[in-house]
Amino acid sequence: MSIYGMTYRGIDQVKGPLVIMRGVPGVAYEEVVRIFSEDGREWMGQVLEAGKDKVVIQVLGDTEGLESNAIVKFTGSTLKLPVSDEMLGRVFNGAGEPIDGGPPIRAEDWRDINGAPINPAKRDYPDEFVETGLSAIDGMLSLVRGQKLPIFSEAGLPHNHVAAQIARQAIVPGKSERFAIVFAAIGLKYDDVLFFRRQFEEFGALSRSILFLNLANDPVIERITTPRVALTAAEYLAFDLGMDVLVIVTDMTNYCEALRELSSAREEVPSRKGYPGYMYSDLASIYERAGRIIGRPGSITFMPILTMPGGDLTHPIPDLTGYITEGQIFLDLDLHNRGIYPPINVLPSLSRLMKDGIGPGKTREDHKEVSDQLYAAYSQGSKARELVQIVGEAGLSPRERRYLEFARRFEREFVAQGFKERRNIEETLEIAWDLLAMLPESELTRISDKTLEKYHPRRRRERAVAR
Amino acid sequence: MSELMFEKGVISHIKGPVVIAEGLRGAKIREVVLVGEERLIGEIVRIEGDRATIQVYEPTGGLKAGEPVERTGEPLSAELGPGLLGQVLDGLGRPLEAIAVEAGGPFITRGIKVPTLPRDKKWHFTPVIKKGDDLEPGDVIGTVPEGAITHKVMLPPNYGRVKVLDVVPEGDYTVEEVIATVEYAGTKVDLKMYHKWPVRNPRPFNLKLAPVELLVTGQRVIDTFFPIVKGGTSAIPGGFGTGKTVTLHQVSKWADADVVVYVGCGERGNEMTDLLHTFPKLVDPKTGKPLLERSVLIANTSNMPVPAREASIFIGVTYAEYFRDMGLHVVLTADSTSRWAEALRELSSRLEEIPSERGFPAYLPDFIASFYERAGRVYVKGRRDEVGSVAIIGAVSPSGGDLNEPVTQHTMRYVGAFWALDKNLAFKRHFPAINWLRSFSKYTEGLREWWIKNTGHDMMAYREKAMDILQRASSLEEVARVVGEAALSDENRLILLAADLIKEGFLVQNAYHEVDTYCSPKKQALLLKTLVEFYERARPMIDAGVPISRIHEMKSLGTLRRLKFIPEEEFEKAVEEAVAQLESEISSLIAEVR
Ligand SMILES: Nc1ncnc2c1ncn2[C@@H]1O[C@H](COP(=O)(O)OP(=O)(O)OP(=O)(O)O)[C@@H](O)[C@H]1O
Ligand SMILES: Nc1ncnc2c1ncn2[C@@H]1O[C@H](COP(=O)(O)OP(=O)(O)O)[C@@H](O)[C@H]1O
Ligand SMILES: [Mg+2]
Ligand SMILES: [Mg+2]
Repeated sequence: MSIYGMTYRGIDQVKGPLVIMRGVPGVAYEEVVRIFSEDGREWMGQVLEAGKDKVVIQVLGDTEGLESNAIVKFTGSTLKLPVSDEMLGRVFNGAGEPIDGGPPIRAEDWRDINGAPINPAKRDYPDEFVETGLSAIDGMLSLVRGQKLPIFSEAGLPHNHVAAQIARQAIVPGKSERFAIVFAAIGLKYDDVLFFRRQFEEFGALSRSILFLNLANDPVIERITTPRVALTAAEYLAFDLGMDVLVIVTDMTNYCEALRELSSAREEVPSRKGYPGYMYSDLASIYERAGRIIGRPGSITFMPILTMPGGDLTHPIPDLTGYITEGQIFLDLDLHNRGIYPPINVLPSLSRLMKDGIGPGKTREDHKEVSDQLYAAYSQGSKARELVQIVGEAGLSPRERRYLEFARRFEREFVAQGFKERRNIEETLEIAWDLLAMLPESELTRISDKTLEKYHPRRRRERAVAR
Repeated sequence: MSELMFEKGVISHIKGPVVIAEGLRGAKIREVVLVGEERLIGEIVRIEGDRATIQVYEPTGGLKAGEPVERTGEPLSAELGPGLLGQVLDGLGRPLEAIAVEAGGPFITRGIKVPTLPRDKKWHFTPVIKKGDDLEPGDVIGTVPEGAITHKVMLPPNYGRVKVLDVVPEGDYTVEEVIATVEYAGTKVDLKMYHKWPVRNPRPFNLKLAPVELLVTGQRVIDTFFPIVKGGTSAIPGGFGTGKTVTLHQVSKWADADVVVYVGCGERGNEMTDLLHTFPKLVDPKTGKPLLERSVLIANTSNMPVPAREASIFIGVTYAEYFRDMGLHVVLTADSTSRWAEALRELSSRLEEIPSERGFPAYLPDFIASFYERAGRVYVKGRRDEVGSVAIIGAVSPSGGDLNEPVTQHTMRYVGAFWALDKNLAFKRHFPAINWLRSFSKYTEGLREWWIKNTGHDMMAYREKAMDILQRASSLEEVARVVGEAALSDENRLILLAADLIKEGFLVQNAYHEVDTYCSPKKQALLLKTLVEFYERARPMIDAGVPISRIHEMKSLGTLRRLKFIPEEEFEKAVEEAVAQLESEISSLIAEVR
């Protein structure tokens, strides 16, 4: 932090995380402030309102013990993170300070943690298929490099396992890459952090990872900076050093709750369920930092995890997230209870960038049609399953019964797989065809005749016999 | 010039994008000001004495009380002239390419001033007036070939009658060169190929006309079931992932318009990039030129400053009106008007106005109305009988996907067509997920003649039959949800099958399928006719006692469901074959049970 800066003694009022000062000229909006108490304690804050008469500072950390004769130092700069490749393999707190006992980072540069918007005309369209080895994702929700694809989960579901498995298995077929992981924990329990650490260690990624940890008992206000600091590091790795970075941030629900707390401390008019009206824009300023840039080799693929309060997809947190991200992977309690891992419910899930990441030359020419048909058939099967609750299996028509059986097999054979099991896209599509072959061909309306002729197992068998 | 004329003000308070300045004597509401040492662009939204409240269109981090504020004397305006087509602009009309050059990199920085229209590019101007002519506002001065259109340079509407003193000969000129000198209200005025227009003021026209001509979008459920007309309005509300953006992209690609203005307002960066990648490659069948050459793209993405969202919608509609004034048919698509409304809400709350429903300001309905009211089919300004139109299609992103929220509800009152997206359809990948029971179009009836004239089919009769089948199926499904499909009579299950055929074979349309992505009105008519007739053809099987399970297994069903994938050239023949196949299957099934 620079030595330059105006220093004042005395604050007028402390109101929750806010400090109010009067009669301090020349303060810049959003500049970082350091506050020192007489007993040697220190706080960091940021200017929320800069006025000729009144300055409002938002303090990071607990304001307990802040007295009226504290010393306030204005640094003249916005919140910045020192960045360098030395960060790889290191652990930081949510404000970007090392907490692993190692030396401070020798900065190559200092970057504003809020970043700057990527010029839409300079974005490179993400279209490189990432093979995660998970059939539900690769087959029906394909991830592409540079995508922002969150996991929508609930407490008690194995979202951590799914994220870790993706981190371990994901490759871009046919490409060698300089891969790195940026992991940010927001309000997490230590055992969750340990789980990820062990996972990264196990597959040898720890030295290529940067961890930013804000644990459950760390200052709530630092939850606001944690994802920003993590993305600032990721941007440096991706767009300065040319690395392909996977950013995992968990749990964004804790972030949103911190935002709500802060907003209510500022006495702002709330929008739905007490969350601030600007939460959409605030989340967008985080999520939109993912992507690729024309003329730069690296990429940021962003996989935030959030838990839906009450499993409710329409709750403001998943709702606003879904409006910003390029799809969502939806984990389902019901599937989990039926022992399906990963419990991905593909119906409310979506990958918006799938269309340009798959097909001939990338995955396979039949991929899109197969995926569409699986969706259509599984949704019929789910409808039949609901009906069984009411009329029993005997009340189903033969057609409905067939779809019900399809749904069962789809969940057990296609969606379900082991935590250590990696399927390539060919294997995934073969399983899909085996399942689709259960249905009469007249039902396979999302698939063209040409594709049926080439890939339908029955037609292939017939061809084999003919030869 | 303007900087010298006004006294400078001084910043007294900064709170997010809202800045208060003092000493701005004589400043007007809605005047553009330049804020701080970096001269950030802002607009005055409130005045009390010499204290002005300013909404700043760029990030305000680092601004200090005491920094200067300059007046410009002008309201927020759009530059109108050759050079708009093919551009990608931010919410204030600055070309994103030029911003990247100024910023020296791929990230957007502050305080960048770049004009919308390129200053160095020469345009081939051909005058149509001569010395001594009288001109009225809207009269054409000359023409310029630009992209897919012939650009008409007109006397701006804010002039009165003028006399031409001088005009340049045909030749190549930049937009800054004088192309004519006229006498206006006793003074000599130089005219250039461009002028500025305040974005919040609708551009005048001679007469508003009833919209009567289908705006062909090539999207079956829209054109046939819930059409929009040239000069009409439509809203497309839906939760995330239900297909708003893809539908707007489809309309922007395929609509039979002369010019398309696409406003990306508070949405994803990659969606703009997607358009930028596809538009240069797609060819407009009407002109044979790349789609980009008939388009203006405005990108104010969700991570760009919020106040500029509000401006971007008005800038976009001003461009649309300008092309309309040339006698062109324009489509404006806005994704999403909800983000624009939220920008209003955010500003309103920063101004500490009294909130109305869900925190939105009480003037929200007026704002929505003032936007959609700028659509229309008109006799353009000037002394010529030319008709131009602006159609507006706005996406609405209701929170929680619930259509009972202020933006959707107010929008519904002002639009002629309403395409209600349905999450459950989207979940099963029934796209476009436009719910056929909850959507409406007020233009449908007026188009019966259009269909007959342009396709030779009484499409509205097919539509009625199809709707009847869909509605009956919907009530039957309610019953089936309780008792199971197996408990329904075969007669009723045939209705379900007929409805399914219409859904799969007609309503579902894959935007990413090379053939299915666009369907001409002719093909739509023949396809729907064939599918609705299935029911009548199949009925005798039920009377003859053919079990429904056998009907379900008919091969021709698969053929009918996939007819839509057949290219236009082979379509008629394919329909004949499909019908023949169907009829022969029907007769053999009937023969079997006899
Ligand atoms: N490979 C797997 N196969 C089956 N079940 C698994 C697998 N991995 C984890 N689970 C189960 O998933 C559940 C959740 O795992 P995890 O430890 O990630 O969640 P959690 O910590 O309970 O969730 P939260 O942090 O949301 O409270 C546990 O019951 C765990 O046993
Ligand atoms: N007509 C269509 N054909 C095929 N897929 C579609 C169509 N409309 C929507 N989709 C699918 O739905 C996804 C979400 O659509 P999008 O328009 O981005 O939704 P929204 O803007 O409502 O959030 C797309 O990424 C695409 O996969
Ligand atoms: Mg846990
Ligand atoms: Mg969208």
